[in-house]
Order: sequence, then structure tokens, then C-alpha cells
Amino acid sequence: MDPIDRELVNRLQDGIEIGPRPFAESAKALGIPEEEVVRRIQRMVDDGYLSRFGPLYNADRMGGAVTLAAMAVPPERMDEVVEQVNAHVEVSHNYARDHDVLNMWFVISAEAPNRVDEVMDAIREETGLEVYNMPKEREYYIGLRLAL
Amino acid sequence: MSGRPSPEGVTLDAVDRRIIAATQGGLPLVPEPFHQLAETLGLTAEEVMERLQRMQAAGAVRRIAAIPHHYALGFKANGMTVWDVPDDRVDVLGPQVGALDFVSHAYRRPRHPPRWPYNLFAMVHGRSRDEVEAQVAVIADLLGDANRGHQVLYSTRVLKKTGLRLRA
Repeated sequence: MDPIDRELVNRLQDGIEIGPRPFAESAKALGIPEEEVVRRIQRMVDDGYLSRFGPLYNADRMGGAVTLAAMAVPPERMDEVVEQVNAHVEVSHNYARDHDVLNMWFVISAEAPNRVDEVMDAIREETGLEVYNMPKEREYYIGLRLAL
Repeated sequence: MSGRPSPEGVTLDAVDRRIIAATQGGLPLVPEPFHQLAETLGLTAEEVMERLQRMQAAGAVRRIAAIPHHYALGFKANGMTVWDVPDDRVDVLGPQVGALDFVSHAYRRPRHPPRWPYNLFAMVHGRSRDEVEAQVAVIADLLGDANRGHQVLYSTRVLKKTGLRLRA
């Protein structure tokens, strides 16, 4: 990444305006053509610096439900429980985290709100382990600002 | 138009769903992306832009932006910091923690005593664990005596990561 790439990422993390030519403003600010702006973004996506460029959707404003769930998985059962949890399509993200008790953290999203509870119940039944439900009660901030 | 999200969000119709399905992986990277998207979907660019604007006003679209891959950008340490903050102070302090530039998400979540006493979650990102520890110290300073205990949980392995899925 060169300095223009970094400046582009810094600018574009905040989002573009929805309009006919959404990259025109960044192009002008950086003194490069719009074609070069999109080419640079495409290259950063291809190289893995950006996971994507596009809309960031908020599932719980789309009539659905999202929750964060945590489990205490005995280390010797980790692989087996990962498979059981990940088998649910509603589990969108799952991370192992180093914690003395709660070592597996995953996000469950579903369009039908009661589906989230059903998935947690199913995981409890399949694994015989408790699933701690930690839904967001209040959102104070969301948005990543990496200063590059 | 105030642009404030309505509390109930938005009801999606079939056309909205097609737009979401077509953009979950990203926008076409051309100077006129909404026109190209419209062409792919057999819609007019005006309709695509109008629908995305409506979803954004309702909060279903947070923003249309570059989504950085922190790890590839050198932010190799990500910590989920969790804090036990008195219930009558957390809603004042939470937004202050969220305003710190290294915090990407800040939420209040329920405690599960005795195993889990923490109610304030803040995700932080640094280039190293040392940098994350320094960020944790900044949050601890900000919370002062409202910090009754905290921990940092580093992710050790991504076990699954998929995009949003919608009913067809």
C-alpha cells in the first residue's frame, strides 16, 4: 500500500454518499481520476487489505435478531463442539478466545426473532453445555477507525 | 428528513432483498456502481439509490464503506475488553469509551453472575498485544472508580466467519 492507498482507506471507512458518482469527491481530494480510485480499491480487496467495499448491513434493523453467545467448552471437546455449533447456518461468526471460563464466542443471526432462541436451545441440547446469551442491550458505538 | 433510524427498523420487500443479496459481497468497483448494480438487477439506478437511502435512513444499512481487514493491515491484536461498571453509570460512560479512536464496537450486555460479572464490552484493535494493553489502560483511566473489574479476551482462532444470510 502506498500513501494514496492509505489516504483512500482513511477516507472511505466513513462511507460514501449514495449518488450517481460516489467516488468523485475522493478522486478530487486526492487529485486522481475516479477510475484510479476504484482500481485501487479493487486491488486492496484482491490483496486482502479490505474485506470488501460496500454496504454494511445491520441485521437487527431488518426485522431480524442477532445475539452474541458464549460457551465454556472443555478443551478436549473443542473440535467436536465447534462442528456442532458451526453446523447451524444462523451462526455467522465464531471465535475461540483465551478465557479461563468462556472460551467460545459466536454470533447468531436470524430473520425471525424467535429463531435465535431456538438455535441456542438446539445447541444446548446437542452439546449438553450451557449457552450464555449476551444480546446487546445498548449500542454505544460501532465503526472501525483504523488510522493508517 | 432527519435521517434518524426508526426504532423498529425497516420491512424489506423482495426487491430490497435482491439488492442486499447482490451487494453483500461488495459493490461493483466502477465509477458509477449504482448504475451497474441497477443494470444487473434490471432496475433503474434511481430506484436502487432510493432504496439504499431508505435502508440507510432506517439503520438497516449502517454505511457504504471500505471494510478494512484489520489483520492484513497490521492490526494483529484484537481484544474483546469487558468491564464491570455500575448499572447507573454505564450508559454515561459507555459512549465515552466508544468515542476512543481505537474502539471499534462498544455495547452494554447482560451479566451472568457469578461466572460473568461484566456488562460493558469494547472491542479494541492494536498492532501488538502491548499496544492493546496500553489501550486497556486508557479505558481503565477513563472509567476510574466505575471500573469494578475487567478482562481482555484475545481471539485465538477464527472458527467461522460468514456474511449475512437472508431467507430466499
